[in-house]
Amino acid sequence: MSAITTPLQETAVTWKLPYRGKVAMVCLIIAESAIFTIFVVAYLFYVGKSNTGPTPREVLETPIFYTICLLSSSLTIHFAGKLLERGRRGVFLGLWLLTIVLGGLFLYGTGQEWHRLIYEHGLTISTNLFGTTYYSLVGLHAFHVTAGLILLSIVLLFGLAGHIGPEQSARVDVLSLYWHFVDAVWIVVFTVVYVLGR
Amino acid sequence: MSSDVLTIQTREVAGQPWVQTLHEWVTTVDHKRLGVLYILYALFFLVIGGIEATIMRVQLMRPHNDFVSPQVFNRMFTMHGTTMIFFVAMPILFGFANYLVPLMIGARDMAFPRLNAFSFWLTAFGGLLLYFSFLGGSGLYGAGNAPDVGWWAYAPLASRAFSPGHSSDYWTIALLASGFGSIGTAVNIIATIISMRCPGMKLSRMPLFAWLNLVMSGMVLLAITPLSAAQIMLLVDRYLGGHFFDTQAGGSATLWMHFFWIFGHPEVYVLIIPCFAFASEIIPVFSRKPIFGYPVMVGATVCIAFVSMSVWAHHMFTIGMNSYANSFFTLTTMAVGVPTGIKIFNWLGTMWGGKIQFRTPMLFCIGFLFQFLIAGLTGIMLASSPFDWQLSGSYFVVAHFHYVIVGGILFALFGAFYYWYPKITGSMLNEGLGKLHFWLFLIGFHLTFDLMHIPGLLGMPRRIYTYEPGRGWDTLNFLVTIGAFVQVIATLVFVANLIVSYFKGAKAGNDPWDAWTLEWSVSSPPPAYNFASTPAVSSRRPLWDLKHPEDPDSRYE
Repeated sequence: MSAITTPLQETAVTWKLPYRGKVAMVCLIIAESAIFTIFVVAYLFYVGKSNTGPTPREVLETPIFYTICLLSSSLTIHFAGKLLERGRRGVFLGLWLLTIVLGGLFLYGTGQEWHRLIYEHGLTISTNLFGTTYYSLVGLHAFHVTAGLILLSIVLLFGLAGHIGPEQSARVDVLSLYWHFVDAVWIVVFTVVYVLGR
Repeated sequence: MSSDVLTIQTREVAGQPWVQTLHEWVTTVDHKRLGVLYILYALFFLVIGGIEATIMRVQLMRPHNDFVSPQVFNRMFTMHGTTMIFFVAMPILFGFANYLVPLMIGARDMAFPRLNAFSFWLTAFGGLLLYFSFLGGSGLYGAGNAPDVGWWAYAPLASRAFSPGHSSDYWTIALLASGFGSIGTAVNIIATIISMRCPGMKLSRMPLFAWLNLVMSGMVLLAITPLSAAQIMLLVDRYLGGHFFDTQAGGSATLWMHFFWIFGHPEVYVLIIPCFAFASEIIPVFSRKPIFGYPVMVGATVCIAFVSMSVWAHHMFTIGMNSYANSFFTLTTMAVGVPTGIKIFNWLGTMWGGKIQFRTPMLFCIGFLFQFLIAGLTGIMLASSPFDWQLSGSYFVVAHFHYVIVGGILFALFGAFYYWYPKITGSMLNEGLGKLHFWLFLIGFHLTFDLMHIPGLLGMPRRIYTYEPGRGWDTLNFLVTIGAFVQVIATLVFVANLIVSYFKGAKAGNDPWDAWTLEWSVSSPPPAYNFASTPAVSSRRPLWDLKHPEDPDSRYE
């Protein structure tokens, strides 16, 4: 069926289309943003509407340190990708590991906060509207961090086995796009929960 | 060349044991086979959803009828709505998109074949889960209970207190699973269209079918996800004791309505835009003219997609929003009518002065045009909030949206079946049976849904399992049910046509309709690899260029 090549003047023009992995990740991010939007709207809608305590003002502490950890992991993953493109595998692996450590620290911070809220303040998902919306929104984000950490770790394992080189750079970039998204969502969640919501 | 390859293939398949063939179909990642699986799966559920509709119509045929109990009636309308939207309309449209988009843009498969298979099986699993509720969802009425809280599961009806047992859980998880499947497919369609087009297939040359499916997929990303989010919240409420929609703990029942309709209204356009896509391919071919106003068609579609995201609360005028919200949603809803009107005029402009061939696909498309216009007009009536206060929750609304879904979506879909069946199977659908199907269905449709408006205007509420005699609804309801049976008979004719023509239909050849898009350049059915060598195109109608080298379209673009 090579028949459809009649007026062929145009094949000389280079035909380059965007990388499908990147397109798909952008689509996923759009879809995920819609999910997060709904949870954020629910959170804002229910601010101050709980019938009983504890209230956000009483129990929430702003997690500045862990936020800095997560946000700086965006920088490390960005430079890791750049260095991989230039073929510097060793530094790439180092920065990649650092990204995982920073993400892990953040997750630890969330866990610690939840532990404190549950055991010290008796706030669970079924206590009041604040508990329901808080744990679902922050939990949804933590779930995304966890998924990201698993994916990052898989890449790390492949990297340690020596299978990640500059030729995988485009694929690694797809993953870092996801990680940037997870970080950006945290900025929104942080603003909503710890700044506006109090 | 490819037909040789294909004959060899069919011989191989014929010699296989059936287990092997089954295994190939179950493990397939080929976009064409997955497309066919989607379509067959949806047709199966179309029959089930149709049976549920028929049960409701029999119950409502006479006043004080006791064909089914009120409880069963509730399950029937819940399952009918859920099935038809999530397990018939969505998968069947995804099936056509899956099958045709790669062929139309000159690609060998979707961008992510395995994601494609995963999405299909997720959707399939969702449907099975929903229907397993008949066996497994022991609920309020004892063992064996399907969801009965309406297809939108309004809060607090779907909460633990009012929907004990697991029937609502089956509904939630089934929709969550199929929702993730839909998102996967939408991502795949977008990545395919953006990244897999053959050389020369610029966005401005893409068939409208691909364009409209691109827009539809973008809408899926933004419309299905709110539903998934709301389902997660409902699960948190039902399983973890959350209070999202628990009014006793300060939660809001209207928030669920908002979340549901933020999904629910764009969903209508998610379903109708692929049908616009069918019409935009079929009408030009049978009018023997290129589509009128191609860029305007694309622009109007994108415009519909945008505006339809901000109209959802017209489903909720009766909950008592303030006058600003009422005015806003009235105006946006009426505004959607403008780009939709542009599209209708463009299709008419395509037909105007054309050499129209009244083959079955074209007949269904003309039916679609006419009926979709009327559906749009009753939509404009309901968009006006004071009018809606009178008729919300009445049979007028039921008649309106069935006019959209049956008169618009289903008619366009039938057109698509008659048009692409030859490509998918290699044989033509029988034209005589096709015309019989069209006229029977047209009569049945109008008998049912034209008349259904009137009891609505007379005050008949929807979702009632029976009614008092002597309110002026009796004869109309009887006729509506007769119409439903005529539609059932027409659908049986269609199914018979699908089966008989598969075995005995006339051979189609590559291009039975003398059409212009790339899918008609390959054999019917297309070989597994679609195109032996990647085609290059230089206009919107590559096959026209091929057939008329003396006057190619590319000269004018």
